[in-house]
Amino acid sequence: MRYIFKTSYTQDIDLAKHGGHVFWYSLLGAALIVAPWALPEYWLAQLTFVLVYGIVGLGLMLLAGFTGQFSIGHAAFLGTGAYTQAVLSNLGVPFPLALIAAAALSAAVGVVVALPALRVKGIYLGIATLAFGFIVEEVFARWESVTGGNSGLHVKSPKLLGIDLGSSESFYLVCLLVAVLCTLAILNLLRSPTGRAFVAIRDSEISAQSMGIHLARYKTMSFAISAALAGLGGALYAHKLSFISPDQFNILQSIDLLLLVVIGGLGSVHGAFLGAIFLIAMPQLIALGKDWLPPVVGQAPGLQGLVYGLVLIAFVLFEPLGLYGRWLKIRTWLQLFPFYRKGLFKRQKSFTKSDRLR
Amino acid sequence: MQILQLLLSGIAQGCIYGLIALGFVLIYKATETVSFAQGELMMLGAFCAFAGMTLFGLPFWLAALLAVAAMVAFGVLLELVVIRPILGQPQFSIVMLTIGIGYVARGLITMIPAIGTETHALPVPYKDQIWKVGELVVNVEQMAIIVATAVLCGLLFAMFRYSKLGIAMQASSQNQLAAYYMGIPVKRLNGLVWGLAAAVAAIAGMLLAPITFVHANMGFIGLKAFPAAVVGGFGSLPGAIVGGLVIGIVESFAGFYLPDGFKDTAPYIVVLVMLMVKPNGLFGEKLRKKV
Repeated sequence: MRYIFKTSYTQDIDLAKHGGHVFWYSLLGAALIVAPWALPEYWLAQLTFVLVYGIVGLGLMLLAGFTGQFSIGHAAFLGTGAYTQAVLSNLGVPFPLALIAAAALSAAVGVVVALPALRVKGIYLGIATLAFGFIVEEVFARWESVTGGNSGLHVKSPKLLGIDLGSSESFYLVCLLVAVLCTLAILNLLRSPTGRAFVAIRDSEISAQSMGIHLARYKTMSFAISAALAGLGGALYAHKLSFISPDQFNILQSIDLLLLVVIGGLGSVHGAFLGAIFLIAMPQLIALGKDWLPPVVGQAPGLQGLVYGLVLIAFVLFEPLGLYGRWLKIRTWLQLFPFYRKGLFKRQKSFTKSDRLR
Repeated sequence: MQILQLLLSGIAQGCIYGLIALGFVLIYKATETVSFAQGELMMLGAFCAFAGMTLFGLPFWLAALLAVAAMVAFGVLLELVVIRPILGQPQFSIVMLTIGIGYVARGLITMIPAIGTETHALPVPYKDQIWKVGELVVNVEQMAIIVATAVLCGLLFAMFRYSKLGIAMQASSQNQLAAYYMGIPVKRLNGLVWGLAAAVAAIAGMLLAPITFVHANMGFIGLKAFPAAVVGGFGSLPGAIVGGLVIGIVESFAGFYLPDGFKDTAPYIVVLVMLMVKPNGLFGEKLRKKV
């Protein structure tokens, strides 16, 4: 058991709470930096996807996990970013500029979506974002002069100052850089008054409002930041796939993103990346498991959906804090060994809080 | 004449949306959870009827009856096994849970060899029949949807109005705690509501089957029923049907008069406008907490 002896108030908001954090995160950082030289091409590509999905997951985590506004149309922002990036880089705009433009446009779209969000909440908000997602997907498919319609759009490889960043190693490093910057930005945001306001809104809108938090402003801000991150992720996604089409940004993608944050662990920054690892690793694991199962089950096309559904149900029922929650339990078990008690993380029983009365 | 024709097909499609939306609203009113698995329940119901008719060779009416009974049992079981343990948790968890149920249902159906991946026609007795009324061509399949929806609405209305069960459901949906204090077994009632919603979904599935065929992805139509539920006001049973009709008719007209692409997005545009103008829907009750 570690006791941190606090000698100043700033220690409360330090990013690294103690030496252990510094050590382990440096180790992780070092491992990620040497990865391009140590990993085979295929695994590097998967790791790149984990980083890209991690960035998108961070955005959705901020919205769903920290502000409590859930969006079933997040693929729309992903798509906005991806198409902006694709169109701009095909026009020859430098990579960083296009990236910023993709994030900015997605953020702008996020603000537009936030407008109905100010009037509605809970399930209505979910349906509003769902509807919005469908409309945006249709726009991608129909606005053929820009997006190429259903036949899709090729994306040129990213270039910066004449250097081609398209190779899998250099593009991995670009993604790593963006992911680290985004994570630091989110961590900083969360320890600032703005982040605290988001959490307050999640916990209770009424008490947040009575503490002087301008609900409309902060919800809009949360939507904008979340959409910007999704757009950023989408831009990298477009380059990684080098081909995008509207059906990559449909409702199933949105649900995948929700799956990511729920399984990763709502309300934890780690969760975004753990969820991304899950989302990328799961199809591989299923592919591996196929050989072990009898062919009737293993070769069936519905296996992946079934496993996803079962995992999701299992997490919601037994581990509502997701993978990160599981890790917290393991860590606590190790720290307290042999004094871990079963009820330590027990969920409190509560009545259904009514959304209808407000 | 064309307008009448469009109106008719819009109403028929709207009835399906309305029936699925009815399932959402039943569950929402009773337990204040939103089920994203309603479309999949509809798909399961259609598959039950299909299995009854082709595998066991039952006549249509018997197969339909059995499918509804099976779905009631399934709904009750579903509530008991997965929904009840997490009641009281944030709404978001339950939404994710029902999404998971949808995935599982779709996956399981697709895994049935030789049946799950195919598209089937449900051999209903009124298939491909047409009535001619003047210049109007009436598809019997569409008429069946409209009539069945009307009858079902009548039955549901009677149940909620006159039967002890229906009145208990109303009480529980208004205030669970108070209903519990009055001696209503709220938990058992919640299970029955899920059963009822599953039954309505199964009927919707069987009505839809002659038009769109039976396949594993037919449940995605459930996503269009959300706009219907919102337009009607999420907590109102007649609202769900009216909302469904509005969405169906809008869709049908948009498909004919507006350029390509508007047919599928029209319901969502309607719902966004509705949420901005009147978030409580056409029939939604406005509840305020009094301090």
